[in-house]
Amino acid sequence: MEEALKQYIDLFEQNRDAIDSHSAPLLNECRPVACDILKKLHLPRLGSENYEITDLPKILGHNYGLNINRIPLRVNPAESFHCGVPRMTTSLYMLVNDTFVSRPEAVDTLPAGVEIGSLAQFATTDCNTVRQYYNRLADPYNPVVALSTLLCQDGLWIRIPAGVKIERPLQLVNLLGGAENLMTVRRIVIVAEADSEAKLLVCDHTSTPDTPLMALQTIEIYADRGAHFEYYDMEESSESTTRLSTLWVAQKCESNVVINGMTIYNGTTRNEYHCAFAEEGSRLRLYGMGIADRERRIDTYSRVDHDFPKCITEELFKYSVDDQARCAFTGLVKVAPGAEKTEAYQSNRNIIGSDEARMFSKPQLEIYNDDVKCSHGSATGRLDEMQMFYMRTRGLSEPQARLLLKQAFMADVIDSVEIPGLRERLTQMVERRFAGKSAGCHDCDSDCPAVGK
Amino acid sequence: MSRDTLTYYKTVKFKIEHHIMLKVSDLHAEINGKEILKGINLEVRPGEVHAIMGPNGSGKSTLSMVLAGNPAYTVTSGSAEFYGKDLLAMAPEIRSHEGLFLGFQYPVEIPGVSMMNFMRAAVNAKREYFGKSPMSAAEFLKLMREKRAIVELDNKLASRSVNEGFSGGEKKRNEIFQMAVLEPKLSILDETDSGLDIDALRIVAEGVNKLKTDNNATIVITHYQRLLDYIKPDIIHILYKGKIVKTAGPELALELEERGYDWIKEELGENVN
Repeated sequence: MEEALKQYIDLFEQNRDAIDSHSAPLLNECRPVACDILKKLHLPRLGSENYEITDLPKILGHNYGLNINRIPLRVNPAESFHCGVPRMTTSLYMLVNDTFVSRPEAVDTLPAGVEIGSLAQFATTDCNTVRQYYNRLADPYNPVVALSTLLCQDGLWIRIPAGVKIERPLQLVNLLGGAENLMTVRRIVIVAEADSEAKLLVCDHTSTPDTPLMALQTIEIYADRGAHFEYYDMEESSESTTRLSTLWVAQKCESNVVINGMTIYNGTTRNEYHCAFAEEGSRLRLYGMGIADRERRIDTYSRVDHDFPKCITEELFKYSVDDQARCAFTGLVKVAPGAEKTEAYQSNRNIIGSDEARMFSKPQLEIYNDDVKCSHGSATGRLDEMQMFYMRTRGLSEPQARLLLKQAFMADVIDSVEIPGLRERLTQMVERRFAGKSAGCHDCDSDCPAVGK
Repeated sequence: MSRDTLTYYKTVKFKIEHHIMLKVSDLHAEINGKEILKGINLEVRPGEVHAIMGPNGSGKSTLSMVLAGNPAYTVTSGSAEFYGKDLLAMAPEIRSHEGLFLGFQYPVEIPGVSMMNFMRAAVNAKREYFGKSPMSAAEFLKLMREKRAIVELDNKLASRSVNEGFSGGEKKRNEIFQMAVLEPKLSILDETDSGLDIDALRIVAEGVNKLKTDNNATIVITHYQRLLDYIKPDIIHILYKGKIVKTAGPELALELEERGYDWIKEELGENVN
C-alpha cells in the first residue's frame, strides 16, 4: 500500500460510521470499491509521464484532517455574500468547504423543474436518478477520483430538465477555510438534459489564506442531445492552498460544451480535464489560462477522445510563468478509427518571465483516421523585446509595457467567456493580478465573504 | 562689412542664441559585439529639418535606435545631449517624455493591445511625468479626433490592435499620428518613406509638415531623395560606414540622386569597383 494513501484508508476504516452517517446511502455504497482500488494503487511519481511538476505522493502524504463529523462553521458566510462582479447577476449557491449552503432567493429565480442543491440530499431523495450519473463517468482508478469517492460526503447536484433554458448564469462559490490542514472533498454532478441550456461559473476562494488547505474535487458533466452547457472555473485561492481537480465530460449528439479553467491565484494546482464524445456531431471548446509567480504550481492535463464522427474540439491553454513558478500542460486529443470528419485544434502558448521559471508543454495528437482536420501547437517564449521597446518609445514604462503585453496575451481566453459582466471583471482581475496590486483574493474589490469584510 | 559677412554674422548669432537641442559627439555603438557607429557628430537646433542619407548598412537605423534607447544596442563611447541633459543615461520612456520621438521603419504589431488603450497609456504616462493628472475620457477622445485628422487616419484603425493588420501605408500614417499626439520636440523618422505609394507618401509628408514649428526639429532618415521633395531639409548628412562623411545643404540630395553614392566613396579614396 502506498504510504501516502494509508492515512486516508485508515481514516475511512476507523471512522466509516461517522462518514456514512453524514452522507447518503448512494455515496456510501461506492466507498468500499474505492477503498480496494486505493489499497492497490501506485501513485505516479514526480517527473513521471504527465506528472512533470506534481508530486502526488508528497501532496497526499501531508497530514490533512477532514471534518467528517461535519461540525458547522461558526459564521455562515453565505448570509452576507454579495458578488462584486459589476453588471453580473447570477443565481448564487455556495459550498462552504463541502457543505451546500442553501440560498432560497436563488432557487426562486430558476425555471420550474431545475434541480440545484446538496448532492447528498438529492442522492437520498431521488436515489434512482442520481445513481445513473454519480461516479459513472470518472475513471475509478484515477487517484483523485478514488480518494474523492472514498471520502466525499457531499457536493453539488445540478439537473436541467430537457428543453429548459436557464437565462441567468448559475454561480457556485466554493469557500475553503477554517481549521489548519483541512482537506475538503467534494463531488459535483451536472446533468444537462436534451436541448437544455445553462452557464455555470464556479469560483474557488479561501477564507483563511495563511493556513494550509486542500481541495480535492471530482466533477462529472453530462450533456445530452442538443444541450448547451458552459462551465467556467475560476480559482482565486491562496499560496497555501492545494487543489487537485478532475473533470469528466460526456457529450451526446449535437451538444455544445464550453469548459474554461482559469487559475488567477493559487498555491499548488493540478487540473485534469477528461472529455469524451459519446455520439456524433458535438462541439467542445476547452480553454484555460494560468498566472503563476513566486513558487506557485499549475499543472494541467487534458484528454479529449473523439470516438464518433463529426465532432469538433477547440482547445487553447495559456500560461504566464514568473519568478520560480512552474506550469505544465499535457494535452492529448485522440481520434479513433471510426471518427471521420473530426476537427480538433489544440494550442498551448506560454510566456516565461524569469530565468528560473519553468514551463513543461506536451501537446499531443493521436489520429487513427484519414478524413480529419487536426492541428496542434505549442509556443513558449519571453515577451517580445521589440514590442516592449516600441511601447517604451511612446512613453510607457517597462512595467507598464509588460503589463499591457501580458494582459493582451490572455485576451483570447478571456474573450471566450460568454457570461455578461464576467469578461470585464476578468479583464480587471487579470490586470490587477499582473500589476501585482493584490496579494490574493482578500484584497479584491468584491464583497465576497472570502474577503471577510 | 560686406553684406555676406553681415548675413553670416546674423545666422551665427541666431544659432548661438538658440539652444542646441541635440548634440551628439563621437558616438560609437555596437550590437552583438559588432561596431556599427564609429564616431558620429551631429548638432540639431530647434526649427531645423535634417536629413540623414546613406547607402544600405551604413548605420542609419542603428543611429535612430541608439538615440531612442533600444537596449539591444550598446554605446561604447561618446555622448549625446538633449537640451544639455545626458540622453544616453535616460530610459527610452524618459527620452519620450523629454520630447524625443522615433518613427519606426517597421512599426511593431501588438495584437491584443488596442490603439486607444495604448495611446491613453502613453498620453497619461507623459502627463504623470510632468506632474499632471490623467486626461479625462472626453478630453482624450477629442485629442484623438483632432490628431487623426492630421494624417487622415481612419477611425476604425484607432479601435483596432496596435498596427495589427494595418497596411504598410496605414502603419506609417499611424506613426505620424502618434507623433502628433505626443508632440515631440525632436522627431526621428526612420525610412518613413519605405513601402509607401505616392499618395501615402504625400499624406505622411503633409502630416509631418503640418506638425512643424520653430520650436521642434526633425531628423529624416532616408535612402532616397524622393521623400525630400515633400519634406524639405535644411541640412543633409551622408552616413557611411558608421560615420557622417559629408554635411551640406539641400542641393546634396539632388547630387546623390543623380550620381548615387559611389562618388562619395571615391572622394573618400575608396576603390568603388
